[in-house]
Amino acid sequence: MTAKNVLVRVERLARLFPVARGWLRRARHFVHAVDEVSFQIQQGEIFGLVGESGCGKTTTGKLLLKLLEPTRGRISFRLERTPQDLPLPRDADGFVPLTHLRGRRALKEFRRHAQMIFQDPYESLNPRMTVLEIITEPLRVQKIGDPLEQEGQGAEMLKRVGLSPPESFLFRYPHELSGGQRQRVAIARAMIINPSFIVADEPTSMLDVSIRAGIMNLMLSLREEFNISYLYITHDLAVARYMCDRIAVMYLGKIVELGPTEAVIQNPLHPYTKALISAVPVPDPRVKRPSLELKGGVPRPIDPEPRCRFYNRCPIATDHCRIHNHPPLEEKERAHWVACYEA
Amino acid sequence: MALLEVCGLTVHYQTRQGEVHAIDGVSFTLEPGEALGLVGESGCGKTSIALALLRLLPENALAKRGRILFAGRDLLELPEEEMRQIRWKGISMIFQGAMNSLNPVYRVGDQIIEAILTHNPQASERQARAKVAQLFELVGLDPERLDRFPHEYSGGMKQRAVIAMALACDPKIVIADEPTTALDVIVQDKILREMRRIQKETGVSMIYISHDMAVIAEVADTIGVMYAGKLVELGPAEEIFTSPVHPYTEALLSAFPSIHGEKRRLKSLPGEPPDLLHPPPGCRFHPRCPYATAVCQREEPPLEPHRDGGQAACWHPL
Amino acid sequence: MSKVMEAIPAPLARWRLRLKLAKRSLRANWEIFCASKIGLVGLAIILFFALLAILHPILMSTLWDPKVYDPIRRYAYEPGVVHPSPPSWAHPLGTDPTGLDVLSQLMYSTGSEFLLGILAAFITVLIGTIVGTVSAYYGGWIDTFFMRLADVLLLFPLIAFLIVISAFVKPDLLLLALILGLLGGFGGITIILKAQALQVKVKPFVEAAKVAGGSDWHIIARHIIPNVLPLSFLYMMFNVTGAIFSEAVLSFFGLLNIRMSWGIMIYRARDYGASPFVQWWLYIPPGLAITMLCAAFYLVGRGLDEIVNPRLRKR
Repeated sequence: MTAKNVLVRVERLARLFPVARGWLRRARHFVHAVDEVSFQIQQGEIFGLVGESGCGKTTTGKLLLKLLEPTRGRISFRLERTPQDLPLPRDADGFVPLTHLRGRRALKEFRRHAQMIFQDPYESLNPRMTVLEIITEPLRVQKIGDPLEQEGQGAEMLKRVGLSPPESFLFRYPHELSGGQRQRVAIARAMIINPSFIVADEPTSMLDVSIRAGIMNLMLSLREEFNISYLYITHDLAVARYMCDRIAVMYLGKIVELGPTEAVIQNPLHPYTKALISAVPVPDPRVKRPSLELKGGVPRPIDPEPRCRFYNRCPIATDHCRIHNHPPLEEKERAHWVACYEA
Repeated sequence: MALLEVCGLTVHYQTRQGEVHAIDGVSFTLEPGEALGLVGESGCGKTSIALALLRLLPENALAKRGRILFAGRDLLELPEEEMRQIRWKGISMIFQGAMNSLNPVYRVGDQIIEAILTHNPQASERQARAKVAQLFELVGLDPERLDRFPHEYSGGMKQRAVIAMALACDPKIVIADEPTTALDVIVQDKILREMRRIQKETGVSMIYISHDMAVIAEVADTIGVMYAGKLVELGPAEEIFTSPVHPYTEALLSAFPSIHGEKRRLKSLPGEPPDLLHPPPGCRFHPRCPYATAVCQREEPPLEPHRDGGQAACWHPL
Repeated sequence: MSKVMEAIPAPLARWRLRLKLAKRSLRANWEIFCASKIGLVGLAIILFFALLAILHPILMSTLWDPKVYDPIRRYAYEPGVVHPSPPSWAHPLGTDPTGLDVLSQLMYSTGSEFLLGILAAFITVLIGTIVGTVSAYYGGWIDTFFMRLADVLLLFPLIAFLIVISAFVKPDLLLLALILGLLGGFGGITIILKAQALQVKVKPFVEAAKVAGGSDWHIIARHIIPNVLPLSFLYMMFNVTGAIFSEAVLSFFGLLNIRMSWGIMIYRARDYGASPFVQWWLYIPPGLAITMLCAAFYLVGRGLDEIVNPRLRKR
């Protein structure tokens, strides 16, 4: 991985949520939703965050878009094509640290470069706006072009995401569209200001099977066309395999394994990844999967002990794991990182 | 003799906009100890079938035609009093999201005991309690958990309790509507294995309903594929997956990514499922079907037997 | 791009399209409204009273001699009629103790009842919507302040407060509407609309607007308020009822600087010492009118409820 092509850099990112804070009293317990997570996303890359519900993948996505502020850590973006007169804080290598972004204008500029596609297309479109108003909202907010130009761009984008002829969609309301069409509108809206980075949070999990493949293929072709990077958040390993170049597996706020998709799926090294992969049902009744039993269920990461987060459920845990801190991510194979002492 | 025989079941819903053709002429049989999987997208009528079997369809539904023969009696003709006897004792159901419908202010065990006592008034509370403890063992829950409240259960445990509840009156058939949809993969895997094991141990017949081909593949012996209110293909699980006959089945299979085998490009189906207020004439799949010809637009294909014991409703079977 | 631009209809045609869309959604909502019979009944009653209000000046300038039928002052003497007189051909609802025509008084008052009710409700809802959404969106001390204020106003005995106020200034119709509107707007309705706004605030489309770079005000004005508005409108209907009722009570006590209203009609009847069993025409018409109009707005509100809360809808 060359540093030259990196678009997003995440270093030791952490976000804690207080549990049951009292009136005028400081919280004493915290959910470690995202706990010291580091990774980089290349330009034009689809980077998958995979894990079960509550593992912190959505929180990570929101932190990257500044919808949430991190408790600790650093997120930096390579922002290009920014206006000359806008002074942005920059690191030595030209990256803009998101955590140091100050001022309304700087934040608004950042919003031109990063967009989001949400899970539920029924909730992510304002029911009181027409499709035209929805997809051109980023242009209006960013004051790009006059209304007629915006409408032209909106129509163009609708065609691009497979809603044509655009005139028959522009003035409709979301409730008049099907789930797949809505998700296409959501994609058009995210794409319209030509962002370089998109966080896609389970964009196909609410859609019907026959619609799903179309949306995934659309996102892939948009990546080819515009060289966009995605942070693709999903719980579905099969979807992650289809979409992503690299994936990171998260467990209780930690990345436990990170590597090229095929390497992680075909040759998982972390015991949690192994269990996760063996649990995926296979659409073929002839395949009998081996049963990999994990103890217990996913606990909530409230004030976790410093040792390996997976210790209590791990089938291969040793005394070494018990007395040492959570293992660091190490490169066990080429570009394939694992956080496990025993792997 | 088959345990359950559904013949030409047709259910329409009366709505403000008109009549929704939710189920149209669906027929299938279920043998004792068989696991049938009904797979299809949202709105294809799979849940309506389950509700029709229990006669729990909403008020605006018209069970227009067809018969549901259970142990030789037509459920659609039974008086309500007798139907109540059949629900839970004859046919029970695990509703979609049932695990969230456990009453939070009662102990889980008590909720199941109550269900048993309502349906077997002659049983004593002690007998019922022993029965529930036994059921807990069966579904892999510690019987000590009987006296806990739902909020002390994890998602997977709640789902197990709901399964125990469905089995409480020793039904002949259990219908499971999306039994694992809200669960994480690892828990889902455990639950599916448990259900498979329970079915083997107790010999109960199962009807699984899911939108997920992979889940159905895990648990079902026979699979029925539904599209727009029609059963388009019915056959042994293996046949359906290895050599689908109906183009829709084929399309569904190739729309799923897999973590095994070669990575292949997914084929997406053009268009959307039809509006069931005005279903297309002829074969309901023809507007999206790559093999459609003139006859498909004109005439409705009947569900006919094909090679290897399967049935499909298609003029141009693959 | 240019080809697409051609495909886009010209501005005028676009407005026509938009109008068509608005009409269509209006028609759809109208159908839902019609499905609830009580809403239609309410609307019919409101239309009936509106007709009365419109007819009054017309009657005054045509059929009715202003000297006899003026609702406030009486000039002419009718020989052989003892006031208050029971209903007759000349006075369909009779006359009051000073000889004023009851029907004329009733019709004359209708317009101001409407004005008061709708104005007060409008102010209430305007304030309630803005305060509710702003407190929901920002939370923190803004929220705490407005919520405690609402609590205080809710605990407040409204009528008693108005009686105290009228000791200092006798409110006229507009001042009364303003007072009722302010008290209502910062009161209970804020809590209800805030609860709704809180539900809207956490929707992903609000996050989507944030990601697009939308300012707080943009999000409040374009995303939260439009989604709270149907509920606001519903409460506006209920508030009309409240305002008309309050006016009647205050007029009955003779505390308002209003020349004629339904409340005043009852007040005068009582002042004269009329018995509701003997001189019933002095009590029944204004009393019934207050009840009917209040009920009508309430019924329309219930009908709108079915549009706003789809869960209540019958299939």
